[in-house]
Amino acid sequence: MPFENISSVDGLKQKANILRISIIRMLEKAGSGHTAGSLGMADVFAALYFGVLRHEPKNPKWGERDRVVLSNGHICPVLYAALAECGYFEKEKLMHLRELGSPLQGHPHLGSVPGVETSSGPLGQGLSTACGMALAAKIDEKKHVVFCLTSDGEHQEGQTWEAAMLAAKYKLGNLVQIIDRNYIQIDGKTVDVMPLTPLAEKYKAFNWNVEIVDGNDMEKIYNVLKKAAEKARDGCRCAPTVIIADTVAGKGIKSIEGDYKWHGIAPKGEEAKKMLEELGAK
Amino acid sequence: MAEFTINEKMNLETDIFSLQIKKAPTRDGWGKALLDLGKKNKNIVALTADLSGSVRTNWFEKEFPQRFFNCGVAEQNMASVASGLALEGKIVFFSSFAVFSPGRNWDQIRVGIAYNNLNVKFSGAHAGITTGPDGATHQALEDIAIMRVLPNVCVLVPCDERESYKCAQAAAARAGPVYIRLGREKLPVFTGESTPFEIGKINVLKEGADVCIVACGVEVFEALKAAKDLAEEGIDAAVLNCHTISPIDKKTIVEYASKCGCMVTAEEHQVDGGMGSAVCEVLAEKKPVPVVRVGMRGFGESAKNGMELIKHFGLDAKGIAKACKEAIAKK
Repeated sequence: MPFENISSVDGLKQKANILRISIIRMLEKAGSGHTAGSLGMADVFAALYFGVLRHEPKNPKWGERDRVVLSNGHICPVLYAALAECGYFEKEKLMHLRELGSPLQGHPHLGSVPGVETSSGPLGQGLSTACGMALAAKIDEKKHVVFCLTSDGEHQEGQTWEAAMLAAKYKLGNLVQIIDRNYIQIDGKTVDVMPLTPLAEKYKAFNWNVEIVDGNDMEKIYNVLKKAAEKARDGCRCAPTVIIADTVAGKGIKSIEGDYKWHGIAPKGEEAKKMLEELGAK
Repeated sequence: MAEFTINEKMNLETDIFSLQIKKAPTRDGWGKALLDLGKKNKNIVALTADLSGSVRTNWFEKEFPQRFFNCGVAEQNMASVASGLALEGKIVFFSSFAVFSPGRNWDQIRVGIAYNNLNVKFSGAHAGITTGPDGATHQALEDIAIMRVLPNVCVLVPCDERESYKCAQAAAARAGPVYIRLGREKLPVFTGESTPFEIGKINVLKEGADVCIVACGVEVFEALKAAKDLAEEGIDAAVLNCHTISPIDKKTIVEYASKCGCMVTAEEHQVDGGMGSAVCEVLAEKKPVPVVRVGMRGFGESAKNGMELIKHFGLDAKGIAKACKEAIAKK
């Protein structure tokens, strides 16, 4: 049975909050992992998985499902939280992130977790993989959408631009990329490590449709994603779409918002407790 | 004088040392197989990175333009696009020069193809010093090493154009990733239509008792010539065609180490990490015997043709025969 989407902004916001609570709990228990990006993308994941995607959590291989490739695999806590909340697997499993024998590997592994479309982690590869999936859909004349989530930092990988060229060449209108534009990466601010601006102009020059949205404003994200998905589902041989989602790393926890130091660490004991209180966790 | 008799069961061409023997590069076998496979199976798609003609995927391209994608000069993208297509159930063939693919896109192959264990069959053409005039930058001498170390990846090195065709056919029929190493040089087509080919099973081309030569690719024919020359000197050398480097045929390697008491390995690849190393790994664990490895110990260089380099670096029949005597002396 297809997943019943939520169309109310408040309903989606509630889901985003649930995802944030799961993220803090699972990272605290795991003792390591990526907090900032996972929290920053919670709104996008809530809008995507609960509002926009056509999918069947109990039938994860459903042929007509929309595909989601998470290229920046390190923010998998938000992916796992969303999959569990949708019913792909029991929420209890979230508490075993990064443990020996757990399906929830430190970076996503194909076959371990229902709903994970490919193994990912090494940056710059996901957009290419999504292009391959979109090409396959074109060959088979299928109408589903291939969503690909990438980070801004990984746009420093040349391969991302190789994929951007290919997507435009083959008119992969069924491909929608969402960039987590949070302006940070593990070593600092993107502007210091390796500037990416002007990102939108770069994509325009690569012949993509470009949308820019506040990635933490639920109403705006929901509308832009819904519009992009409808267009992509048309099956048109037209330009691919990129949504540049301006997000705040660590969104939801005031004390860490925008702080690159939280890119690759997990909250501990008392710290996590305070974060959960801030999110209103019971 | 020892007798030089080819194993009849191998059904090789008659008079393989004749100057009139047909010659063709292994890349042609790949191209022909891909075309034939495309006719039979609509699920087969092919990718290339601006070397369609050189790697012979243009034959498929002409027939099936809807299932062919030229990725431009972008081997990393090509490997990951291949994984995306395979995730959707396609059997994907991609190819470039071995120095670029798998040379440049190893991480993409590792994570997207090997870790995912997908149905992707990829060839690295113009491998080895027989690439010739283009020089060291274009002579892949490390590809076997970096592919055989990857879990799930089957590594094949055909010895002639006919075996190359069989490799591609067998790759399509096998589940999971397969790497096929191809060459540019026209080589004698000495295996026959009915020469057996089974992934993971060494072909014993000639029985022998004094020394066993394990060879792959261009070196298989050189090994046969060496065995013929050695026979005239009274040395009885076995010749094994080790077309599958991973998973390697441990049983046959151990059997011939026991029978002959020493081994020579021959490949146009760095001796460290290549087929010779793979054979040594088997022997060290199962049946330690003296081994002499023939292969490259550094980078190559330009020459007017590939066989000139084979001779220059001692990878010819003469070099192999010399190695055989060294191995025997170590027994």
